[in-house]
Amino acid sequence: MSFRIITTVTSIAILIGMVLGTSIAATDEEIAEGKRIAFNRKLGNCLTCHMIVGGELPGNIGPPLIAMKARFPDKSALRAQIFDATVKNPQTSMPPFGKHGILTDKEVDLVTEYIHTL
Amino acid sequence: MRKTIYTIVVSLITSMIGTLALASTPTEDLKAFQQYYMDRFPDTPKSDFNNGVYSIDAAARETFESIEEFAPYEIDIEKGEELYHKPFANGGTYNDCFGEPGVRHLYPQFDSETGKIVTLESAINDCRKAAGEKKLKYKKGTIAELTAYMAYESRGNVFDIKIPNDPRALAHYNRGKRHWYSKRGQLNMACADCHWTNAGNMLRAERLGPAFGHMTHFPKYRAKWGNLGTPHRRFAGCNSQVRAKPFKAQSDEYKALEYFLTYMGNGLEANGPATRK
Ligand code: HEC
Ligand code: HEC
Repeated sequence: MSFRIITTVTSIAILIGMVLGTSIAATDEEIAEGKRIAFNRKLGNCLTCHMIVGGELPGNIGPPLIAMKARFPDKSALRAQIFDATVKNPQTSMPPFGKHGILTDKEVDLVTEYIHTL
Repeated sequence: MRKTIYTIVVSLITSMIGTLALASTPTEDLKAFQQYYMDRFPDTPKSDFNNGVYSIDAAARETFESIEEFAPYEIDIEKGEELYHKPFANGGTYNDCFGEPGVRHLYPQFDSETGKIVTLESAINDCRKAAGEKKLKYKKGTIAELTAYMAYESRGNVFDIKIPNDPRALAHYNRGKRHWYSKRGQLNMACADCHWTNAGNMLRAERLGPAFGHMTHFPKYRAKWGNLGTPHRRFAGCNSQVRAKPFKAQSDEYKALEYFLTYMGNGLEANGPATRK
């Protein structure tokens, strides 16, 4: 019960954080999980197209994912890019990870947290 | 959820409409298509585009050329030669249908009688059917041995695919063109995303080859397959890669795609069979 309250409070806090555009720090475990999803060939497979520090044999279809906080001060804009890149650019080669269910909403959240640390 | 990948088949955003308008004629398309790759890869002589990704990647090319010296498809050419000349039960041969084996560069063709596209593979089975023989499977095996021999005998001939001024032929052409430029599959990618927009770029450790020259060398021996495959085997692979449901080999859709893509390579020399990664 109390656990549920805590998670609810946390989600509300995250929501408020997103609305305000300030970032709520994710836990180390969440960031590590986000990295795992981003690197997994069957899940994010971001390395197929993007250079990411620490990732082997990156492709160069998309821009290197570096200085992400500077490029995406607003974390929700980063999430939107990962959820459905076609909103910003209908011709993009980047798959719409959230919209097409390649990743679950939760997985998109975790990947966003990880990418935002880069 | 992730498993229901085949449900999202085509999202109808046809890309690159601006670059290659659907209303343009095949002749105009061909010129723009070939020019795009020649501008993008100015160091590659036009005639070299029939070497696929190796025409733009010097390092990979060295490996390719050393493999070609002891080509793994030699044995298939020999088997194909034997099969090609062996008479059918009714005494007829493939030559009765084709005139000569070296006709790879003339397929696919539009058949004005039926209004359909005839590929080299479908012509082989039509020939067999007329002789009362069983049909061959379309992706690999015996059919690829036959086409390996035929491709080998066609080496050096220039591709010359005809799109007659017949609305039915144009409909096939436009269908193939639409397939090539349309985003599809769960990953929402068009053939053009990889082989046009990103030609020359790296997809992980894999360099994406230009589509000018994609169809000159089939059947090809792919290291990944460990044997020879026909064009539609490769199409199915590229469709699956983006988690789109592949079409059947020799379906009208793939025949149309092959018609479009082979026509885009008109002017290049036939150089099949060839090895690829
Ligand atoms: C098949 C190619 C491909 C894959 C896979 C891919 N991307 Fe992209 N990505 C692109 C391209 C191309 C762009 C450039 C923007 C555009 O096309 O509109 C891009 C842009 C981005 C941007 C915006 C960068 C900027 O500075 O504007 C972010 C962030 C991003 N991708 C994150 C990801 C993440 C995270 C993943 C994995 C979950 C991923 N991408 C997977 C191709 C890809
Ligand atoms: C996600 C990226 C991607 C997409 C989308 C894609 N391909 Fe490919 N394709 C590749 C890669 C990688 C190769 C191997 C390297 C090369 O030869 O370009 C390849 C190879 C090929 C080849 C063999 C080239 C040769 O020289 O033997 C053909 C033909 C081909 N693709 C056609 C298509 C067609 C038709 C489509 C759309 C139905 C398509 N591809 C979509 C990545 C892709």
